[in-house]
Amino acid sequence: MEEKKLSVINKPVRKKDAMSLLCGKPVYVDDIVPSDCLIVKILHSPYAHALIEEINTAAAMKVPGIEAIYTYKDVPDNRFTMAGQTYPEASPYDRLILDRRVRFVGDAVAIVAGATEKAVDKALKLIKVKYQVLEPVLDFHKAKDGPVLVHPEDNWKALCPVGADNKRNLCASGVDEDGDLEGVMEDCDLVLEHTYHTKADSQAMMETFRTYTTIDPYGRLHVISSTQIVFHVRRILSNALGIPKSMIRVTKPRIGGGFGAKQSCVTEVFPAFVTWKTKKSTKLIYTRKESQTAGSPRHEMELKVRLGAMKDGTIRAIDLYTLSNTGAYGEHGPTTVGLSGHKSIPLYNGNLEAFRFRYDVVYTNVQAAGAYRGYGATQGIFALESLVNELADRLSMDPVAIREKNMVREGQVAASYYNEQMNACALDRCVARAKEMFHWDEKPLAQDMGNGKIRAKGIAMAMQGSGISGMDVGSATIKLNDDGFYALSIGAADMGTGCDTTLAQIAAECLECSVDNIVVYGADSDSSPYDSGSYASSTTYVTGKAVEKACQELREHMMVIAADIMGCGCEDLVVEPDGIRTADGGKRVSLSEIANRSMNGNTEAVQVTVTHSSPISPPPFMAGMVELEVDKETGAVELLDYVAVVDCGTPINSNLVRVQTEGGLVQGIGMALYEDITYSSKGKIAESSLMQYKIPTREDICPLRVDFESSYEKTGPFGAKSIGEIVINTPAPAIAHAIYNATGVWHRELPITPEKVLMGILSHEN
Amino acid sequence: MQIELWVNEKKISADIEPDLLLIDFLRKQGCKSVKRGCETANCGLCTVFLDDKPVLSCGVLAARAAGHRVVTLEGLQDEAQEFGAYIADQGAEQCGFCNPGLMMNAIAMFRENPDPTEEEILEYLSGNLCRCSGYEGQMRGIQSYLAYKREKGASK
Repeated sequence: MEEKKLSVINKPVRKKDAMSLLCGKPVYVDDIVPSDCLIVKILHSPYAHALIEEINTAAAMKVPGIEAIYTYKDVPDNRFTMAGQTYPEASPYDRLILDRRVRFVGDAVAIVAGATEKAVDKALKLIKVKYQVLEPVLDFHKAKDGPVLVHPEDNWKALCPVGADNKRNLCASGVDEDGDLEGVMEDCDLVLEHTYHTKADSQAMMETFRTYTTIDPYGRLHVISSTQIVFHVRRILSNALGIPKSMIRVTKPRIGGGFGAKQSCVTEVFPAFVTWKTKKSTKLIYTRKESQTAGSPRHEMELKVRLGAMKDGTIRAIDLYTLSNTGAYGEHGPTTVGLSGHKSIPLYNGNLEAFRFRYDVVYTNVQAAGAYRGYGATQGIFALESLVNELADRLSMDPVAIREKNMVREGQVAASYYNEQMNACALDRCVARAKEMFHWDEKPLAQDMGNGKIRAKGIAMAMQGSGISGMDVGSATIKLNDDGFYALSIGAADMGTGCDTTLAQIAAECLECSVDNIVVYGADSDSSPYDSGSYASSTTYVTGKAVEKACQELREHMMVIAADIMGCGCEDLVVEPDGIRTADGGKRVSLSEIANRSMNGNTEAVQVTVTHSSPISPPPFMAGMVELEVDKETGAVELLDYVAVVDCGTPINSNLVRVQTEGGLVQGIGMALYEDITYSSKGKIAESSLMQYKIPTREDICPLRVDFESSYEKTGPFGAKSIGEIVINTPAPAIAHAIYNATGVWHRELPITPEKVLMGILSHEN
Repeated sequence: MQIELWVNEKKISADIEPDLLLIDFLRKQGCKSVKRGCETANCGLCTVFLDDKPVLSCGVLAARAAGHRVVTLEGLQDEAQEFGAYIADQGAEQCGFCNPGLMMNAIAMFRENPDPTEEEILEYLSGNLCRCSGYEGQMRGIQSYLAYKREKGASK
């Protein structure tokens, strides 16, 4: 397309559903489904590892109003994965709907369906289960080749060669390397090595997991769920229930947040099974406690990083070993771990001569992990950025200068990033702009304020991807309607991110109309064009490109109709915002004439579907800088200022990229400072409510100053890359850096609570 | 048990279980704006007015509302439209699930303190959690709404 001034791209367009949401309209799963459906609840295991010896439901079935109770004896013996991924999934097929072996505190033991919540609650208490309690694997360091197997079963299956072996508690393992690592390390002036630990944080989206299921007029299973992945849910349910995919329809209404949590089928299988058996409508609404303890949190990881550098700060070699804890089941286990290396190491591509990235992903008897914004990159970046800050400190170098010396730059090819070339990279400009906004050079690393507090600064950089290269599929159907408005149909899921609006902006820009002239519908596995779903920072970059291409194709069809009306050829036609004219201007038809003709004696389709996939995944980049104060007496950390500058390519919606950034920063701040998941010696989670699992409130944060330095990614729509995930990645390492500068103590385990800060100060003083 | 109360200025008589929570009662009455985000009175999503005071409806028995006036966002649509537009103009509604509780508590704040300082806003709304927006866009929206109100007041 020729260069022209953009009219709706990079504008603060209001989200199409904004006023409905703000006015509290009934638009979410539990608002729109019939209230007389059966209530489904799950009996959860009290043990981290046990075999069900006996399960007696007779007394529970006698509770008035109870419709059905299912145990492991009633479900198909087909193992499947709940991970929403492209088939064949990298995640092993290791689940049953209900299993005789329970593998974590919270694992499903029985499904109860009844007319009222009270009846179901009563029945849950009356189910008698005799467990053979087994030794659990609770320490993820001891899982690999340990004596206790989490998945000893013979019908466990890995579809892809991800280095999985259930007889070794391995969900995945592998190595990626380039260059003579040990040779380069030996030649370095300095080799630094440390181990970092990140926790199984919960997405804590405000709307917990929930699903409604019913039988449609054709006898098919209709699933209305709060999901990011309608098409994957269809396949997963088919696998789990053992029924044809043609018998399943999945739709999603508005979603109350996802952040990756809803990229796993956490609740869908249970009510779907009940509905399929009973042919009755059901719903399952997870409580916050269930969402915290039987959800799909971030993978806990331990990352051992070794860095080889010269005295002048040149970083020549990086060696990373990641041990990832997938918990009881392997959802997203083999893939998240990959990002811990592939989306951290390339940041230091500048002078890198060798790298090695090894990993093991192990099964344990804790809550199964899943996808959470950042998807492993967050963990890897915390480790690597922390060690680079430590290197700068060791060399008495400015932490910004060491990055300027080594960072990846536009045009470079990164062996650690699947040998992709960085065609659009403004990381250097992000760092420069952040430095300027923060007044980095004018501020000392740390300053004693004389009132018991020390003020300090910290920095981190980050990257992510834009979709999964060569795999993610985005599609768009665009249709011309009466009088010339357009209907855009997508399979991507707006989970609050605003993709219904941003994709409409792309269509409006292409079709030269207002965003209001584009109506958007999604996502419905029956009627939407295929889309992998909204995850992996793919929607803008992959689906957005499909929208752009679909609009171009639609115009060609419109030209055929215009030519027919004007009685001329399709050549030499000029498209204008509200019509089409001949090149000489002699004849012209309006858009509404074309639209209305398309519905009257017409044989030319005015609906096109375009499917897009990208062989590359262009990374967005960013820089984050924090200023904070540490109270020497209490260890309390107060944030004062956070500057973030992002290169997401061309921002599609200037408001939404900003709010994505601010929201991601605050989640990252929570991860850095408070959010923790801890287990009792029996494997029970302590942080099972928002009382114990503290997420940041508006009083906990500081001014977030966000700006954009855009590169232009020529394979993305109007130059766009992605924004959704990268924004969570800088706070943990930047805050850990500032706390070191304030206290002289490196915190290599998250979260960095006041207790840890204070204990660090005390041990440092001694 | 039998209760009688006013929901959004409509008198309602209902036969309820004594342990029914106000949030569940209201949702059954069709007030679907009232959302549950936790079970521990931590998130602020279920905020409604009980005799004009904001309360967490997950922490109030429906029976306690007998004889009282309850207002949900369904009963404040004009105010929600007027103020909500300023949040929408920031894109800070995001997933929207926390919005009704925030709107209710913000409206309560505007009534109680029409010209709050930034600190007062943060304190008043600190119980309204949001996992999407990072709160900054909400603050920008509130500030621009307040600026509009001040301008409107000054021009009167």
